[in-house]
Amino acid sequence: MSSVAQKKGFGAQVWDFLTTVDHKKIAILYLASGTLFFAIAGFEAILMRIQLMVPNNDFMSAGLFNELLTMHGTTMLFLAATPIIFGFMNAIVPLQIGARDVAFPFLNSLGFWMFFFGAVFLHLSFFLGGAPDAGWTSYASLSLYSPGHGIDFYVLGLQISGAGTLISGLNFIVTIITMRAPGMTYMRMPLFTWTTLVSSSLILFAFPPLTVGLFLMLVDRMFGANFFDHTMGGNTIVWEHLFWIFGHPEVYILVLPAFGLFSEIIPVFARKRLFGYSSMVFATILIGFLGFMVWAHHMFTTGMGATANAIFAVATMAIAVPTGMKVFNWILTIWGGSIKVTVPMLYALAFIPSFVAGGVTGVMQATAPLDYQLHDSYFIVAHFHYVIVGGIVTALFGSAHFYWPIIFNRALSEKLGVLTFWVFFIGFHLTFFLQHFLGLMGMPRRVFTYMADQGWDAFNMISTIGAIMMGVGVVLLVINVLLSIKSPPVNRRDYWGDGRSLEWALETPLPFYNFKQTPLVRGFDPYWIEKEEGNEEGMVYAEPLGDIHMPNNSIIPLGMTIGTFIAAFGALYSPWGDQAIAGTADSLSKAGSLTLLIGGLGITVACMIIRSVKDDLGYHVTKAEVEQTERALAEFRAKGGKR
Amino acid sequence: MMKGLKKWRLFGLLAALTVFLSACGEDYLSTLRPSGPVGQEQLNILILAVVVMTFVVIVVSTIYLVAFAKFRRAKVGENFMPKQVEGSHTLEVIWTVIPIILLLILAVPTLTATYKFADVAAMDEVNENGDPTALTVNVTAKLYWWEFEYPAQGIITAQELVVPTGEKVYFNLKAADVKHSFWIPAVGGKMDTNVENVNKFYLQFDKESEGLKDGVFYGKCAELCGPSHALMDFKVKTLSPEAFDAWVAAMQDTEGATADVNSTDAGEAAFANSCLSCHAVSAVAGAGVGPNLTAFGDRNRVAGFKDHTVEDTVDWIMYPEENKPGNLMTGKYNVTEEEAQAIAEYLMTLKVED
Amino acid sequence: MDINQKFTPQNWPKHAETATQEGKNKFVGLWIFLASDTVLFASVFATYLALKDQGPVGMEFAAKDLYELPLAFAMTMLLLFSSLTSVYAMYHMKNYNFKGVQTWMAVTVLLGFGFLCLEIYEFNHYVHIGFGYTQSAYSSAFFTLVGTHGLHVVIGLVWISALIIRNAKRGLNLYNAPKYFMASLYWHFIDVVWVFIFTVVYLMGVLG
Repeated sequence: MSSVAQKKGFGAQVWDFLTTVDHKKIAILYLASGTLFFAIAGFEAILMRIQLMVPNNDFMSAGLFNELLTMHGTTMLFLAATPIIFGFMNAIVPLQIGARDVAFPFLNSLGFWMFFFGAVFLHLSFFLGGAPDAGWTSYASLSLYSPGHGIDFYVLGLQISGAGTLISGLNFIVTIITMRAPGMTYMRMPLFTWTTLVSSSLILFAFPPLTVGLFLMLVDRMFGANFFDHTMGGNTIVWEHLFWIFGHPEVYILVLPAFGLFSEIIPVFARKRLFGYSSMVFATILIGFLGFMVWAHHMFTTGMGATANAIFAVATMAIAVPTGMKVFNWILTIWGGSIKVTVPMLYALAFIPSFVAGGVTGVMQATAPLDYQLHDSYFIVAHFHYVIVGGIVTALFGSAHFYWPIIFNRALSEKLGVLTFWVFFIGFHLTFFLQHFLGLMGMPRRVFTYMADQGWDAFNMISTIGAIMMGVGVVLLVINVLLSIKSPPVNRRDYWGDGRSLEWALETPLPFYNFKQTPLVRGFDPYWIEKEEGNEEGMVYAEPLGDIHMPNNSIIPLGMTIGTFIAAFGALYSPWGDQAIAGTADSLSKAGSLTLLIGGLGITVACMIIRSVKDDLGYHVTKAEVEQTERALAEFRAKGGKR
Repeated sequence: MMKGLKKWRLFGLLAALTVFLSACGEDYLSTLRPSGPVGQEQLNILILAVVVMTFVVIVVSTIYLVAFAKFRRAKVGENFMPKQVEGSHTLEVIWTVIPIILLLILAVPTLTATYKFADVAAMDEVNENGDPTALTVNVTAKLYWWEFEYPAQGIITAQELVVPTGEKVYFNLKAADVKHSFWIPAVGGKMDTNVENVNKFYLQFDKESEGLKDGVFYGKCAELCGPSHALMDFKVKTLSPEAFDAWVAAMQDTEGATADVNSTDAGEAAFANSCLSCHAVSAVAGAGVGPNLTAFGDRNRVAGFKDHTVEDTVDWIMYPEENKPGNLMTGKYNVTEEEAQAIAEYLMTLKVED
Repeated sequence: MDINQKFTPQNWPKHAETATQEGKNKFVGLWIFLASDTVLFASVFATYLALKDQGPVGMEFAAKDLYELPLAFAMTMLLLFSSLTSVYAMYHMKNYNFKGVQTWMAVTVLLGFGFLCLEIYEFNHYVHIGFGYTQSAYSSAFFTLVGTHGLHVVIGLVWISALIIRNAKRGLNLYNAPKYFMASLYWHFIDVVWVFIFTVVYLMGVLG
């Protein structure tokens, strides 16, 4: 049973990861696949920047550029940022609340595989006739017009991975509601857990509109429905609303956990309690709530009328207030503290001004009349990259350094980390700061080229140089990760020395059941409290040592996912679609398409029935086995982590 | 030593100034150098917003930098144990109330301008003869070109919008195929052209375009609309009201103009053979399949972005797909290089201005 | 938790559905799922309302003349009663009367199946008179809204049937009690959604 006692063969290890329901292993799967897609999307960005380096460049064709800009946006948001954040949530949240696993380990696995196969499906488009090319927003008139299967890949891939995201979101909400250790009240939860809860709730309410929108697009393109075909009574503005009702909260889905991560990092390296905890919680909830009230600010130029524009403008401005509260609370946390500038803290310190810059340009765009000028120009490109790179990517990079010891029992190099930080950070500002001005100088976004002498040449060149620097930064980070594999194991608790929340009370490597006894939480920052009282163990326990109930591994989630994956091909090559009928997209015969569609869904349903009919009660790790595992781990640590 | 430092200072100042000036962009294209009250008001809001936001950034950065400078561990000592404060209600109230006040300052001009820019009531006003008092232009965005119809004047043109200075010009905006967005950065903010409804707004042009670098303002499509989205440019010529009236009259005079298949001009004959079914050469002809070419010779660009020369026109006629991928003209006709040359020369003669 | 533990009506817990950690998780999880599903239906409802009566120029179908209220009313009654019978099943579960649970759940399935048959008849009728899925934006929106609900009914029927079959030999225990409870809760949700469909689509449709 022990996770360290015996070394497994390669095949057994692969099988273990395919069937695992352990949140720590699923976290690794999320992190690894998220990083892969992050690298792909980053590479796409660099290719686009090379194309835009000089005016009238012919480095790539217009069609390819549109495919890359679509895939870059879609991949970064859905397939890179989301899974990496899920990776951290999976790895850390159960530890922070003192749980042995998530509420639905089976669904956790299902969520990951749905995300992963959806992502793979979307990327197959590059090899099967061309990627989607209507932008990540995929506005209906253009996406209906787009020939080939690109948009179909977008719709089906996002449908599958979106279902995975929804499932994972639901799982986190239930986990945080029901699985908290005794004493872990809501107002003692670490802020990362809080932001996970709020962001998961946003997923819960934001993804259904996307699901509906994608479904309407799916049946429009592949089965002849008429939701967006205005000659048949359809309306493309419906898509815009559905997309942005999802799309705006999506930003907060990503940025709130990033806030949470920084709210963990900053107190540790300031050696000081998070300032204004309860107002931070309140601000998080308020941002989540307001995040749903403002979607139409993406549509100020759509022609909604003055009243709608005015309402959404004011509502959008209101979000600045709770966000501002957060920023001041972070600054007041370091005020009077003892700041140690490690790599995670470096990212946190860089985050504050970068994110403030992204925030204030956001308020500028909330002023509707001004947005008429800024909308769909390079200004908005600069703005949302300041928010996403300055806010989210810095959080992910910083947290990678911060939590690496817990997740992998290894530490990333600080030296290389500092170098990575500066290269990436300077590259980031070089790339995006001048883009504000490009927008103000009249450069529309999503252009594959531009004429010389419109005053844009120099800034575009500088922007490309910055993008390449960011690329170098990412490569350095990957090198750091690879080097960490060979570095000595950490084998300790509280790697950074000033850990405050429960996850730092655990000694790495963690046993598969996390806590041999469920901890008793005696206040906010429980590990800090125990340390202050000189408790060597780092926690007090709520129960005596006894049997531990754990969930069984299962291959069924993978089976269910493969079923949907096959069915998606059936829909993709549907002969009933407008493009298929027009001959602008290849299709299967009716029988072939239906076989794939029904067969694939049949596999999924069959897996569900097997799951339903079979009793799956999990298993018990006996007290003796727990003791043996703990001994083996202690021995392992004593030997310096060598097997 | 001091001298060198001074030089560097001067150099730095100059460099900063250069960046600052170049950051304003070109007067025919930049939102920072507006040529009309709409753009000017938008710039004013921008300046107000920048002032407010700069204030915010300065306050945040100051507190932040002071905190960072004062409380580094190297300074406070390795063993310093900070006081574990929970928070402060007073501070919370301060940094909630002040941003709200700042936002209110910003919200007032936002709301007034939002309603002002949406006021198109004048479009329906008529004088005692029943003629509309305001100039209205119907803009139709099509896959990679723009059609401009002047309904009250009964004329139509493409790719180059001609408007009078000093009065509000109203626009009816619509897309014929996929969604586009109509944007003249130097004059005012954009509005989308949707496929299912007509959007209305107005702009006002206060400066004659004569003196600009190319003699025109630049217009852009701001909504991704396919491969050639980046090439879907148009130009705006602003004329004095008198010159505009003369232009309208000249356009109206082209009524009935056409190209003759039997013309002695080889270009006209070839044009009549291969192009006329889509492209009209009379401004009173109504909407065509392709851009109306009545005023082709007066234009500033070919296909919206190529140089206005016979050479580039030939290149465009012969290789449309290479020039503007995804356009709807490719493959609709068959002309030889010589014919294209003749057509281009003929097109250059199509002028209504002197 | 021991699956083999046999209960009597005396020692059967008052809230069997949440007596175990798994049961609690499922209980919270299903409620949260229903919240999410509500938003899904809200989106489809909004789409329907936006596209109601919208079609190609000269479309002959309008909500005013299309729907047949008596049929929709019959469907409503079937579904409402099926909700009631699932309440009976839950009542018997509280008393550890497994036979009662199975019987009333079976009645629920039958009523639900009746509803589904009427819906299929209705759809078939519309297609027959030319109001097919691809006929107009209105038809696409109608079939999508009502069909999404229909799909939920199908899933509910399969779910409850599977429960009845798989537990026939097992009897009631703390492992499957939450499953019955969740299925019943889900079924109520379907019923509530239908009430909205009946109001928004059929009643408001006929009234114009």
